Amino acid sequence: MTYSYELPPTPSHTVGPFFGYALPFPEGGDLAPAHHPDTLTLRGRVLDGAGDPVPDAFVEIWQPGPDGSRTGAPGSMRRDPVTGQGAGRNGVDFTGFGRISTDADGQWAVHTLPPGGVPYVCLAVFARGLMHHLHTRAYLADDPADALLSSLPEQRRATLIAEPVPGAHRTYRFDIRLQGEGETVFLETA
Amino acid sequence: MSALPPDLSQSGIDAEVAKAQASATTEHHPPRDFPPYRSSALRHPKHPPIPLRDPEAVELSGPAFGTTDIGPLDQDLTRHHTGEPLGERITVAGHVLDRRGRPVRRQLVELWQANAAGRYAHQRDQHPAPLDPNFTGFGRCLTDDEGRYSFTTIRPGAYPWRNHTNAWRPAHIHFSLFGEAFTQRLVTQMYFPGDPLFPFDPILQAVTEQSARDRLVATYDHDLSVPEWSLGYRWDIVLDGPAATWFEDEEEGHR
Ligand SMILES: [Fe+3]
Repeated sequence: MTYSYELPPTPSHTVGPFFGYALPFPEGGDLAPAHHPDTLTLRGRVLDGAGDPVPDAFVEIWQPGPDGSRTGAPGSMRRDPVTGQGAGRNGVDFTGFGRISTDADGQWAVHTLPPGGVPYVCLAVFARGLMHHLHTRAYLADDPADALLSSLPEQRRATLIAEPVPGAHRTYRFDIRLQGEGETVFLETA
Repeated sequence: MSALPPDLSQSGIDAEVAKAQASATTEHHPPRDFPPYRSSALRHPKHPPIPLRDPEAVELSGPAFGTTDIGPLDQDLTRHHTGEPLGERITVAGHVLDRRGRPVRRQLVELWQANAAGRYAHQRDQHPAPLDPNFTGFGRCLTDDEGRYSFTTIRPGAYPWRNHTNAWRPAHIHFSLFGEAFTQRLVTQMYFPGDPLFPFDPILQAVTEQSARDRLVATYDHDLSVPEWSLGYRWDIVLDGPAATWFEDEEEGHR
């Protein structure tokens, strides 16, 4: 049987300003198991069209494990069965998923492991004022053979490449500019 | 563009909405640039998005959630404190499907909302309506093998939001959903049938097609009402995303 029909999708809406007590979870940005020697830090800001920080946004990350596995693992949002409160990750398994709110300066940071098999991690950005979230990629290394990067003009392609931070251990900067000069390349996925 | 200052009256916003809807080109999802929703002005990209056509894209897989991510009371928002919250107790339930009508199984559904008086348990919400010590307004659950979700909660109140003069949000519940692919991610809002505030709300009206707006409105379902306990609202959710179409020729069960 072929599926000749398509259901129309449920429309997207903004996350609004008041998600902060609901969606963030303990250790949301700490994907790497504690003290893992390969841990890298990916940090940046979310900026609006005036260049101002966006303090009421959150960023989600999804990536393969270091072994290239794309199945993820449960436990990102682990709950304590006694108190019902957030318990944090178990400190051993790599779930591949994280969620981080921006702070008052629009800053976010994740501590993760290198993605296996691809040079990038997937990011999604949600904010008050943004009626439909945005997908992008942070490339941890330039790759001339990458299909997406090589399809982009030089100036735009640069917005997808995370810059190593000089003097900081295994740390990369990736700013997300929603609009205007240096606007980040966002990906159409639907 | 006019040099006149923007008209912040409801009728001025209504005129902007009508104009923006008339020129909208998006079919299902709202345009990210919707001037009557003031906060969108500096937060929408000017460049068109780049289509992702790579069948090996990591975005076609997605995070996994399980029972360890969920607490036993997470889907009953009326059980998070020692007392009963104020307001009308409701059951909200439905199916999560992909665009081919297949159930989205064992995926995370998160929900958050204002209390019965229209106040969020959030410090930045300064609407002078009472907080409810017995209601926080956040829940989550996993869909079952049929793609079903269910929550017990309180019907939220409408609230003012300062987008323009006399701006009120119709009562709504925020939802966050995951599919099998990261590209199926959805954050949206559910509304209640017959709300008189619908035509005045530039956020709902940013969904420019009436038929698409209708898909954000739950249906009262008497069979879902629990005797002596709660009123039932049914709301089915369809996740967008290329996983529904890219793999048309493949077997089911891909990731
Ligand atoms: Fe709201």
